[in-house]
Amino acid sequence: MTAADSVVWLAVLLGGLGTFAIRGSFVFLYERLDVPELAERALRYVPAAVLAALVVPAVLTLGGTPVAETGLGPAEAARALLGSDRVLAAALAAVVAYYTEDVLATIVVGMGALLALGAL
Amino acid sequence: MAFSDDFRAGLRDVSPVVLGIIPFGLVAGAAAVDAGLSGLQAVGLSVVVFAGASQLAAIDLLGDGAPLAVVVATVLVVNLRMVMYSASIAPHFREVAARWKALMAYLLTDQAYALSVTRFRETDVSRRGYYLGVAAPLWVVWQLCTLVGIVVGARVPAWLPLDFALPLVFLALLVPAIEDAGTAAAGLVGGTLATLGSGLPYELGLPLGAVCGVLAGLVAEPVGRVLREVVGR
Repeated sequence: MTAADSVVWLAVLLGGLGTFAIRGSFVFLYERLDVPELAERALRYVPAAVLAALVVPAVLTLGGTPVAETGLGPAEAARALLGSDRVLAAALAAVVAYYTEDVLATIVVGMGALLALGAL
Repeated sequence: MAFSDDFRAGLRDVSPVVLGIIPFGLVAGAAAVDAGLSGLQAVGLSVVVFAGASQLAAIDLLGDGAPLAVVVATVLVVNLRMVMYSASIAPHFREVAARWKALMAYLLTDQAYALSVTRFRETDVSRRGYYLGVAAPLWVVWQLCTLVGIVVGARVPAWLPLDFALPLVFLALLVPAIEDAGTAAAGLVGGTLATLGSGLPYELGLPLGAVCGVLAGLVAEPVGRVLREVVGR
């Protein structure tokens, strides 16, 4: 059964406030904090680490299931992934991203490759 | 540093990215109504929380009548990754007035963060102009798509793999972010652990993978320096 109206609205309000606090946390505290040198250095690695954590699991899927949840062994999983349309399309898109550094070109080539491989 | 020029540059850069959030927004709207939320509640969730993955998690729990504390805690854990975005982008927002910071924090998303932090590697970009040029259209399109999802449901042509568009956006930004041994290690470890952890609850694989990736970057940094010296000789 769906939660009561009051629960839904409180969830919206508290979830929204908490999410705003998370988003604003360092944006508001940064000047007030004396950021240690190690933390400054660590921040340099956030984009690469986060972007890879967003991309890789989304590409390494088999039939819509994340590869870690397919129950395949490492060797089987690797073989299945190497032949998967998504991995091939993403590899091609990565080459385009490397040479063009252009988001639109990367999307067009990646989507086009995925559609073309699916039609084969 | 011209605000309007950089705002327009943001608009230009975000336009292909907007494509990727359309199916996601439609699903977020349709799922809310399917789970028994009223149209107004669905809009409220989308406007107030404005974070897709956590909205879907909340909708799922609210539909099952889960207790309030569980719903709120889940939303916050799913959005925890944004602490890293906040920390990473904060140095760029130092000069921005506090009232603007509140709006900019509210608009912080995976896409706004990734595009902005990439462009901010160049120094003479208006932080506020570019960021708002990227973040505001994402907000508008997200709200419109949720609304359409609420009213007509999520109908995306099955042959069009639109769900692949967002990973491609992040891929396009990831490739140039790999600049040296440290960033390469950060990406390798972040991507691998997030993949292995994709079955974890609350989408915890992402923040855990990313944090380990950052640590790997710090560890690899001196290794990279040594390698550079050897190669340089």
